[in-house]
Amino acid sequence: MKIHEYQGKELFRNAGVPVPNGFPAFSVEEAMEAYKKLDTDRVVVKAQIHAGGRGKGGGVKLANGTEEVEKYANDIFGMKLVTHQTGSKGKVVQRLLIEEASDIAQELYAGIILDRSSGKFVFMVSSEGGVEIEKVAAETPEKIIKEWIEPNQDLKQFQARKLAFALGLSGVQIKHAVKTFLSLWKVFKAYDCSLMEINPLVVTKSDEVIALDSKINFDDNALFRHKDIQEMRDLSEEEPSEVEADSFNLNYIKLDGNVGCMVNGAGLAMGTMDIIKLYGGEPANFLDVGGVANAETVAHGFKIILSDPNVKSILINIFGGIVRCDRVAQGVIDALTQVEVTIPVVIRLEGTNAVEARDLLKNAEHNFIVANSLADAAEKAVKATGEES
Amino acid sequence: MSILINNETKLVVQGITGKEGAFHTQQMVEYGTQIVAGVTPGKGGQKDDNGIPIFNTVENAVTETGANASVIFVPPPFAADACLEAIDAGVDLIVCITEGIPTMDMVPVKEALDNSHTRMIGPNCPGIITPGECKIGIMPGFIHKPHGNVGVISRSGTLTYEAVHQLTEQGIGQSTCIGIGGDPIIGTTFIDLLSLFKDDPQTDGVVMIGEIGGSAEEEAAQWMQNNNFDKSVVAFIAGQTAPPGRRMGHAGAIIAGGKGTAADKMESLRNAGIAVCASPAEIGKTMANSLQSKMTV
Repeated sequence: MKIHEYQGKELFRNAGVPVPNGFPAFSVEEAMEAYKKLDTDRVVVKAQIHAGGRGKGGGVKLANGTEEVEKYANDIFGMKLVTHQTGSKGKVVQRLLIEEASDIAQELYAGIILDRSSGKFVFMVSSEGGVEIEKVAAETPEKIIKEWIEPNQDLKQFQARKLAFALGLSGVQIKHAVKTFLSLWKVFKAYDCSLMEINPLVVTKSDEVIALDSKINFDDNALFRHKDIQEMRDLSEEEPSEVEADSFNLNYIKLDGNVGCMVNGAGLAMGTMDIIKLYGGEPANFLDVGGVANAETVAHGFKIILSDPNVKSILINIFGGIVRCDRVAQGVIDALTQVEVTIPVVIRLEGTNAVEARDLLKNAEHNFIVANSLADAAEKAVKATGEES
Repeated sequence: MSILINNETKLVVQGITGKEGAFHTQQMVEYGTQIVAGVTPGKGGQKDDNGIPIFNTVENAVTETGANASVIFVPPPFAADACLEAIDAGVDLIVCITEGIPTMDMVPVKEALDNSHTRMIGPNCPGIITPGECKIGIMPGFIHKPHGNVGVISRSGTLTYEAVHQLTEQGIGQSTCIGIGGDPIIGTTFIDLLSLFKDDPQTDGVVMIGEIGGSAEEEAAQWMQNNNFDKSVVAFIAGQTAPPGRRMGHAGAIIAGGKGTAADKMESLRNAGIAVCASPAEIGKTMANSLQSKMTV
């Protein structure tokens, strides 16, 4: 799960990570009130969407005085912001952050992620702040400095100090950086984050080390113990069909193709998308219906796939292990009495009772296209779209 | 021969009285797995429907029955603690089936594993099977062909069944099949298992099923090159069409910061001389061809 910059900064503020004074605004009026409350001339008007690259897209503006604040708040609020992370459709800005402008002396980068190879979290900093860190990692990896956090322990003072010195900081900056680093780790650990990035982390002209941005992702598996974080979820930032699927415990991700897929198991679902592509089609979605493919889950799956008007055919690929294929087939047949499906449905069932399942489908009222193998299914599903690609 | 488990493996089931635990205990017993004990705190002294004695702690179970392997069907909030308990009790092998364990909980488990003799498969995995001898997990037993010469290592569940099914259809039996799990932190990696298969004279070939996210496949490719792994290897990487930045079901299946793409992994494996299938429907056939060409050499 992701949250907005202003929500992340609230977590930072509460944990003692210095951040600029600022207030979220859900309208231009609120933006003006926030400006008044800040009681300063220069502020930054920042679009709040769950994507990076906001500045380049025109979603972040430095404003001086009431008139400019009003102008930029008007410009940005409601705008369709397109960045390298939003795709060409962009995202409509519905929230702003109005925040005191900072006197920046130096822009740095700080981040915490899991290092899968060692099974430990790693705290990373770089003197190359304000630019895409992926680019730094690819071109000048030596400019990223890392400290691994030992299991059952916290980031240590000496580690934070090593990072600060490696960044070339000096004097009172060291003390401030150490405090900021230690507090960032505290937030990461306390809320079961899966990724945290502060880009830029800024050294001000008065030698403070403050978080000018916040990007936080949370471990979905740990959300059960963080009700306060769950409440921060902004559903308007997510694909409506994905939110609906989630409410039925279906794992659905919308894509741009025309072959809808319904599969049991995440790996097989990805593999099914891949084989559709190999046969010249484009998958319309990832959908893992999980271990129990009964009439109810299949019906929900159909509804969600069909909510995408681009879908021209549906491929159901189930490998029945513990779940019996004839039960799945019956589930599909029953689901079609609940949902009207007018586009071709290709079904491939393999595993336990696959033969009985095929007989059920062949004798069913609905005109299924029954496939004999994974390759056969992909070929038939792509052909059934009626579109040459 | 096989790796890690065989007909002498004695299993304890942690979470034996839960819905999942009870169901799969039954399935494993039917397959012929030697289940000697179950653990559910507070139900010690009772027996399950199969007459398997239940203990309050893994330690008791191990002391009383000589169990040397454990399978975990404990809900996510308590699963990491269950792993630690099994490590503490000194079993040789843990198979953790549970999906959805917080990463923060798994970090200390990984550390405890590194400091013990215990090996863990998973979490978030279908388990491990030596066909015809011992099944520890939730995979359908009947799709496997016993006493074969091909091993299977996979980050997936149903996609593994698909691969096994294709091998069996080709008449190729399996030595041992392992689902290593779809989480970012797992107990056993491709490399760990490849090195076990390397020393298993029964295994002539290995099917490797990877997916997007992390760099385990790249590391495995490098390892095989460095260690002259001379058995037939066929690989498939799921997620060639997955968009970046999205978690594809498994917690570990995500392309982050341009890293962990299927294309990168396929290239690394190809560079190591491994037969990489673009299609998941070609796994069985490719292995059959590979084994045959080795025989004619």
